[in-house]
Amino acid sequence: MNLNKLTPYMFLGPAIVILAAALLYPIGYMIYASFLDWNPSQYIGEAEWVGLRNYGNLAEDASFHESMWVTLKFASIVVVLEMVIGVGLALLLDRNIRGMSLLRTIFILPMMIAPIVVGLMWRYMYHPTVGIFNRTLKDWGLEPVPWLSDSWWAFTSVVIADIWQWTPFIFILALAALQSLPRSALEAARIDGASEWQQVLYIKIPLMMPVLIVTCLLRLIDAFKVLEVILVMTNGGPGLATEILALRIARTASEFRELGVAATMSNYLLILLLILTFGMFFYNKAVEARAARVQQRAEEDVK
Amino acid sequence: MSAASPYDRQNPTYYALIVALVMMSIAPILLMLLTSFRVNVDIMDDTASLFFIPTIRNYETVLCNVLPYAPEHVDYCDPTFGRALGNSIFVALISTGLTLVLGCMAAYAIVRFKFVGRGAISLTTLIMRMVPPAVLLVPVFGIWTYQFGLDGTYAGIILVYVALNLPFVIWILQSFIVQVPIQLEEAAKMDGAGPFQTFFLVVLPLIKPGLAAASIFTFRIAWNEFLLANTLLDRNTRTVPVTIVNSLTEHDIDWGVIMATGMLLAVPPIIFTFIASKQIITGMTAGAVKG
Repeated sequence: MNLNKLTPYMFLGPAIVILAAALLYPIGYMIYASFLDWNPSQYIGEAEWVGLRNYGNLAEDASFHESMWVTLKFASIVVVLEMVIGVGLALLLDRNIRGMSLLRTIFILPMMIAPIVVGLMWRYMYHPTVGIFNRTLKDWGLEPVPWLSDSWWAFTSVVIADIWQWTPFIFILALAALQSLPRSALEAARIDGASEWQQVLYIKIPLMMPVLIVTCLLRLIDAFKVLEVILVMTNGGPGLATEILALRIARTASEFRELGVAATMSNYLLILLLILTFGMFFYNKAVEARAARVQQRAEEDVK
Repeated sequence: MSAASPYDRQNPTYYALIVALVMMSIAPILLMLLTSFRVNVDIMDDTASLFFIPTIRNYETVLCNVLPYAPEHVDYCDPTFGRALGNSIFVALISTGLTLVLGCMAAYAIVRFKFVGRGAISLTTLIMRMVPPAVLLVPVFGIWTYQFGLDGTYAGIILVYVALNLPFVIWILQSFIVQVPIQLEEAAKMDGAGPFQTFFLVVLPLIKPGLAAASIFTFRIAWNEFLLANTLLDRNTRTVPVTIVNSLTEHDIDWGVIMATGMLLAVPPIIFTFIASKQIITGMTAGAVKG
C-alpha cells in the first residue's frame, strides 16, 4: 500500500530534479548575476556587486540599442513575410492531390537540418566569387551584389535565409488549420454563390484566425532565438548590421568576457519574450473560454 | 487518370508552382551535396559548371582517422572531425534516451495521478519553449564550471540537453497518454501487474507515435545545438557543430571539405524526416492546432 502512495513521486521525481537543477536554478542564477561585475576567471562569490549599474549602462548604450533595434526589425520582418507567404501558399495549395504528404516531408527538411549547416549553405551561396548568386548574375552580364559585405544587403540576406528555413513551418500549420475547417460552412458559402475570394476572405481566414495567431506568436518567439544561422553567415557584421540580441549576448560573454553584462542583456531579452508568451497564453485561454460559452449556449438551445 | 480517381484534377500552373516550391526548398541542400563531391580547385574554377567528376576525397579527408585505410591524398590526418562525430552520436543518443525515459514517467504521473492541472503543464512548456539557449549561456557556464565541476564532460552537456527538452517531451507525451483508455490499465492491475509493469508493458506500446515524435525532436536539438556545446565542451569532447564553426574562422575556407562535414551533420535529420515525417508534423502542429 505504501509503495502505491509513493509511485507518483517515483515517476515524477527524476524529471523534477533535473528541471530544477539544470533549468530553474540557472535562470535564477542568471538574474542574480545580472547585478554583478563578473568575468569568467572569477568565482561568482568574488564578483563585485554593482546593483543596477549594468541595467543603467545598457539602457544608455548606443550599440545595445542598435542590437535591440536589429532584433526587433529582424523578428517583425521575417514573421510578417513568412505569415503572408506561408498562409498564401497554404490557401493556394489546399487541394486534394496525390503526393501531398511527400510535399510536406520535403518542406520540413529545412527546419530539421542543423542551423549551423543552414548558415553554411547560405554563406556558400552568397559567396562573392564562388557563390551561385553572383555567378548567375555574372553569367547574365549583371553587376555582382555585395550580399554579406554591405549592411543593407547583409540584413536582407539573413532575412531571405530565415524565410527559406521557416516559411514551411507556417505553411504546414496553416494547411492543417485549413483542412480541419468545418466542411459545412464552406459548402454553405459555395451554395450561396460566394466567389473564391469571398470564401477566403470572409470564411477561411476568420475561421483559421485562432490557429494563425498562435502560429504567429510561436514563430515570433522562435525568431528571437535565431542565432547560429546568423553567426555562421555574418557573425553579426558588417558593423552591427545583423547583430541580433542573442548573438550579442554570446559575444559579450565569450569575447568581451563580461558575464554580468551578458546576464543583464539575457534578462532584457527574457522579459521581452515573457510578455509575448503570456500574451499568447491568455489569448489561448480567452479563445477557449469563448468556445466553451458558445458550446454551452448551443446546448441550452437544444434543450 | 480515370474519372474515378479520388484526387482532384488541377491545371498545369498549379503543378508548375509546386515544382518551383520544391526546387526552392531543396536546391540549397542539393548544392551542398554537389559541392561536397568536388575538389576545391574545381569549386574555385571560374568556368565550373554543373558537370564535373565527383570525388569522395572530401569525405576521406574529413573521416581520415576512422577509415580502415589511409587515403593517399591526405598528407596530415586531422582527427578533429572523426572524434567530434563520435562525440555527437554519443551525446545525442544518450540525451534522447534519458529524456524519453524521464519524460514518459513524468507525463504518466501527471496524467494518471492528477498532480497539477494540464493547464499548468501547457503554461510551463510554453515558458520553457520561450527561453533561448543564449539566455542560459552565462548561468550554465558559471554553474557547470564552478559548482558542478561538469565543464568539458559528456555528463555536463547531456544534463543541459535533457533539461532543455524535458518540458516539450512531457507535454507532447501527456497529450498521447490522456488518450489511453484507463480500463486497459485497470485490467492489467486486476491481473496482478504493479505500477511499473503496467506502465512499461501496457501504456508504452500504445503511445509509440508520441514517443517517435518526442525522440526526433529531442535528437534534433541535441544533435544540432551549437552555443552551449561550444561553451561547455573542450577539445576532446567537442561535437560536430562546434568543429564546423571553428574551421570557419580561417580565411581560406576549403569549401569542399566543409560541405562534406555539413552534409554528414545534415544526413541523420534528413533520414529521420523521410522515415517519420508524419510524427514530426504531429509534434509540430500539436502546439498550435490542438492548443
